[in-house]
Amino acid sequence: MKISREDVIRVAELAYLDLSEAELENYRNQLDAILEYIGKLDELDTSNVEPMAQVLTDDQTADATLREDLVVPCGVAEDVLSQAPDPEPPYFRVPKVIER
Amino acid sequence: MTTTWTIDGVRGALAAKKISARELADEYYKRIEARNPELNAYLTLSNKRAYAQAQRVDEMVASGKALPPLAGVPMAIKDVISTRGVKTTCGSKILENYVPPYDATAVERLEKAGAVILGKTNCDEFAMGSSNENSAYGPVRNPEATDRVPGGSSGGSAAAVAAGLAVAALGTDTGGSIRQPGALCGVPAMMGSYGRVSRYGLIAFASSLDRIGPFAKNVKDIATVMQIISGRDPNDSTSATAAVPDYRAEIEKPVKGLRIGIPKEYFGEGMDAEVRKKIEAGIELFKRLGCELREIRMPHTDYAIATYYIIATAEASSNLARYDGVRYGLRVEGDTLLSMYRKTRGRGFGAEVKRRIVLGTYVLSAGYYDAYYLKGQKVRTLIAQDFRDAFSKVDAIVTPTSPVPAFRLGERTEDPLQMYLADIYTVTGSLAGVPGISVPCGKICGKLPVGLQVFGPAFGESRVLQLARAFEEAGGTDL
Repeated sequence: MKISREDVIRVAELAYLDLSEAELENYRNQLDAILEYIGKLDELDTSNVEPMAQVLTDDQTADATLREDLVVPCGVAEDVLSQAPDPEPPYFRVPKVIER
Repeated sequence: MTTTWTIDGVRGALAAKKISARELADEYYKRIEARNPELNAYLTLSNKRAYAQAQRVDEMVASGKALPPLAGVPMAIKDVISTRGVKTTCGSKILENYVPPYDATAVERLEKAGAVILGKTNCDEFAMGSSNENSAYGPVRNPEATDRVPGGSSGGSAAAVAAGLAVAALGTDTGGSIRQPGALCGVPAMMGSYGRVSRYGLIAFASSLDRIGPFAKNVKDIATVMQIISGRDPNDSTSATAAVPDYRAEIEKPVKGLRIGIPKEYFGEGMDAEVRKKIEAGIELFKRLGCELREIRMPHTDYAIATYYIIATAEASSNLARYDGVRYGLRVEGDTLLSMYRKTRGRGFGAEVKRRIVLGTYVLSAGYYDAYYLKGQKVRTLIAQDFRDAFSKVDAIVTPTSPVPAFRLGERTEDPLQMYLADIYTVTGSLAGVPGISVPCGKICGKLPVGLQVFGPAFGESRVLQLARAFEEAGGTDL
C-alpha cells in the first residue's frame, strides 16, 4: 500500500479541503492505484539528470527592456470587489481571526 | 441544409454583402437554440456582446473599409478563459457566478480582429479530464455520436465547431485537452509551442503546461486564428518573444522531401485496431505526398503519463489554493476562517478536482517531494530530450492523437487511471513544450472520427500546419 488513510487526512488538512468519510476511502483507493502506476518512474536512473521546472529559457521570454516601475491609477477595485462573497469596500470581509 | 461556414467564407460573403454579421449571428444563435439542449456544448451565451460586435463589423462593411481577418466570424470560447462581463465558471460550482472584470489577451485579440464571440463552452472542471464528464454542469455529447463523449477537457469547444455551432473556437491544452477532443469530434485542433500564445486571463490549472489554442473547420482557419492569438504579450511574462511567421503563407509551401518520424513507442499495446488502420493509411498518404518516412525511437514515452500526473497535479494543488471563499466565487460559511476555507473548497470543488488536489499536495509534501515531484521533473527532462533528439533527425513526428475513438458516456468514469491513459499520446508533447495539431484522419465505420497528430520542434508551428494542410488537401480527412 502506497498511501494510508492517515496520509489522505493529513494531505486534505494541508490543502484546506473538507472530505467526507466516503471521499476519504474512495480517494485512498484510487490514489493508491495511481501512485502504484507512478512508481514505474523508479525504473529510470535519473541521478545525473537535471530537473525541468519549465521548458522556456529566460532569453526566450525576456523583454529587451523592463518597463519603468511607475505608479499608475488603477480603477478596478469596484469591479473586483463586486465579485467578492462578502465585500465591505474597500475591503474583503472574512470570519474573525483575532480574538480580543 | 445548413451552410458550413469557414473564416474566409464569412469574410467573402460579408464583403460581397451576401450576408450581414448580424444575420450570421442570428443564424448561429438559431442553430445553438436547436442543438445545444442535446449537446450541452455552450454554458453561457453572450448575445449582447456578440450583437454589439456584429454591428461594428456591419458598419465597417457599410463604410467600405478593409475587413480584418476574422470579421464577423462567430466564435466560441472555452469557459476557463476570462471574458469581461460574461460569466466564466471553469465548469465548476466554485465559480458558478463569477464574472471576470477583464478579457484574456487571446479574446481581446480575436475581437480586435473582428470575431463575434457567441458564448462560453462547457469543459471538464478546471480543464481536468479527458471526456468532459467532470463538468459541474453536465457532460457534453459528441455531435458525431450522441451516446459518446466529445473528449476533454475542451469538449464543448470541439463539439461546438463539429456541430456547426461556431466557425472556430478557443480551447486550452494541458495534457491533450485541445487535440484529443479535436480527434474525437473530427475537427482540426492545435496547441502551439509553450509560450506561443499569451495566457493572460486564462484561469490557471498547471502553469508549466497550460496553453491556449484553436479548433476550426479546416487547417487554414486554424492558421488564421493562430496568426492572431500568437505573439508576445507584456501582460504574460511567460509569452515568448520569438517573431510570429506568416502562417497562412507558410501552409502553402510544398511538403515533398520533408522527413517524418514515426516513433515506434506510439504504436504499441492499447491502441484500437481500427484507429491503427486509419493512422497507417494516414502515414501512407504522407508517403504519397513525397515525404520521407523514418522510424524513430522515443524511449521515455512510456513514462509520460506518470510524469504528467505528478507535475500537473502538483501545479494544480498550488494554483487552486486561491479558491478560498474570500475574493471571488463560492463561500460556505464556517465558525472560523479555516473552517470557512475547508467547507468552501470541500463543497465547491468536484470529485476529480479534489482527487488531483490531494494527489498534488501529496507529491509536494515533506518526505515525498524528492521521490515524486523532483523525480517527475527529472523524467520530464528526459522526455524533452527524446523530442530534441528526434528533431535532429526529422522535421516532424506523426502519431495517433488518441489510442481509442470516442467512448460511451460513463464508460470510464469509475477508474481515474484508465481515464488518464486516454492522454497517452498527447502528454508527451505537453511536457516537452512542442507544438502539436490533431487533424481528422477518417472515421471508423463512417461514424467515429480518428485524429492524426503532427508534432513539430518548439516554435515550428509553420511546419506542423504545413503538413496538416497538405494532409487535409490530399484527402486525409476522408481516409
